[in-house]
Amino acid sequence: MADKAGYKKPKKVNYKKQKQLNRSKAGNGLLFVLMFICGVFMALPLVMIINNALKPLDEIFQYPPRIFVKNPTTENFTDLFVLMNDSWVPFSRYILNTLIITVSGTVGHVIVASFAAYPLAKHNFPGKKIIFGLVVLSMMFSYNVTQIPNYMIITWLGMNNTYLALILPAWQYGMGLYLMKQFMEQIPNSLLESARLDGASEIRTFWTMVMPNVKPAWLTLAIFQFQQMWSQTGNQFLRSEQLKPLQYALQQITAGGTARAGAAAAVSFIIAAIPIIFFLVCQSNVIETMTTSGMKD
Amino acid sequence: MGKNKANTAAVDANMEKAKQEGKLLNRIKKSRTSYLMLAPYLILFTFFTIAPVLVSIGLSFTYFNMLETPDFVGWANYVKLFLDDDIFMIALKNTLLFAVITGPVSYILCVLFAWIINEFRGKMRAFLTLIFYAPSICGQAYLVWNIILNPGKTGWLNGILIKMGFLDEPILWMQTEKYVLPVLIVVQLWLSLGTGFLSFIAGLQTVDKSLYEAAAMDGVKNRWQELWYVTLPSMKPQLMFGAVMQITQSFAVADISIQLAGNPSVNYAGATVVTHLLDYSSTRYEMGYASAIATVLFLLMVGTNKFVQKVLGRVGE
Repeated sequence: MADKAGYKKPKKVNYKKQKQLNRSKAGNGLLFVLMFICGVFMALPLVMIINNALKPLDEIFQYPPRIFVKNPTTENFTDLFVLMNDSWVPFSRYILNTLIITVSGTVGHVIVASFAAYPLAKHNFPGKKIIFGLVVLSMMFSYNVTQIPNYMIITWLGMNNTYLALILPAWQYGMGLYLMKQFMEQIPNSLLESARLDGASEIRTFWTMVMPNVKPAWLTLAIFQFQQMWSQTGNQFLRSEQLKPLQYALQQITAGGTARAGAAAAVSFIIAAIPIIFFLVCQSNVIETMTTSGMKD
Repeated sequence: MGKNKANTAAVDANMEKAKQEGKLLNRIKKSRTSYLMLAPYLILFTFFTIAPVLVSIGLSFTYFNMLETPDFVGWANYVKLFLDDDIFMIALKNTLLFAVITGPVSYILCVLFAWIINEFRGKMRAFLTLIFYAPSICGQAYLVWNIILNPGKTGWLNGILIKMGFLDEPILWMQTEKYVLPVLIVVQLWLSLGTGFLSFIAGLQTVDKSLYEAAAMDGVKNRWQELWYVTLPSMKPQLMFGAVMQITQSFAVADISIQLAGNPSVNYAGATVVTHLLDYSSTRYEMGYASAIATVLFLLMVGTNKFVQKVLGRVGE
């Protein structure tokens, strides 16, 4: 599938129409070839997930393994739906949990990190450098060892075995603040001054001037955060079955060994498909916005 | 006499400080909005990042097996790490080699591919971005590379090399010491179009289009000059961000090594600082020692970051 789509690449882009500056035909051709070769290689995991999900059992266990499916079937998905029906709690409950955790983790992080990034990018106040320095440095400390102190703190705060144990820590990831701050720095000060002259409060300036101008940044951040939240199993903190997310339930299904290899392939497909859909929605918006607005100093 | 001088100097310094503090208090009062906007983040950050990191650094001076209360041991963990742990030295060497190669190369790949994809328009662009980001979003590196590196004749790499006459016998890629690190480097490069890449894609959107026209008039002749003189300087903030992400990723490599080469790997050929850390934290439950490893790794990254930010400051000059 990806091969075919990849082959179409050169045809779709019409350079004559756009009349671009400083672009040679030979250079364009070279880039197409390069992108095509690399693209095939990079698309491998995507191709494999799709094909595996459609393989009947005998093809899944075929040795040597083949990438492309010979006799596609939807058996794996029907198997998976049967297994879903005898889960401990109704399967919709897992979906609801994931929805709560992923949505609040993503939206909350984008808002909290953006709010904090704005003063760091555009205000001058005591402690600014130290705070920003701490955030950047914190990303370099291996989370493998902070997990245990983290667990103790979450228990101490009484958030163990609640959604909050997954959601609140997700709101303060350093990467999000750093990303937002870097983009906000690029906004021309004159733009903010004009808003202030019109009597807008800082919060209003932030919300009506800054955020729309850094839309590519927060859409990108949303992609990262969605991926992060979606992959949470909650194993560390959530003990009640009613609170556990979809990721956990799906992994339980695939833990059934070879007998469930078909359902497992369908699970891999679903686990990848949801973030990919989210990714595509966000990415196409990243591109749309800036072609129309454009910031000028 | 000398003492007197020192005293007056100290008094002066104190006065100066008091003055500044008065000013400081004023400035803090004036910056109320800034602090208010920062507050929610900072409160969470203190609880879920600062505190755990400080506790971990504290634990690095103890013996802590997660069951008994930590025992203060002073610098013992660090001494053992540098003088008495041969595997750590191998892991450190591997990690540095790994970071020196994959760090810069994957950083350049991120910039290049983001920039090339930016030449495309519309749906094609979103599609290409997805294809190149696929290894980061699908998480199937293990599956893909197991087929490619399959040690039998049916493995893709072996099959191709045998067909082309380079090999007579299939190679056990992940079980042969000298191939482990090079293969891991290739796999890591394949995985490298992640966070940095997407932030560059977004960053390219914010470059003011009129700059290109101006540059063309100023004598920029081809796309490469345009990249160096216009595009890259306009997205310096994103380049800085990408660099930090690349440093944290290339120094913290562990997952692919464990998945493809195992932990421990053959003769520790695939050992990295973080696989070593994981060995101590999740297999041996020696959290004090693992924390010491994390602290050393942290200092290593901080140093590298300082250096890289200096280099990046000169882009487009």
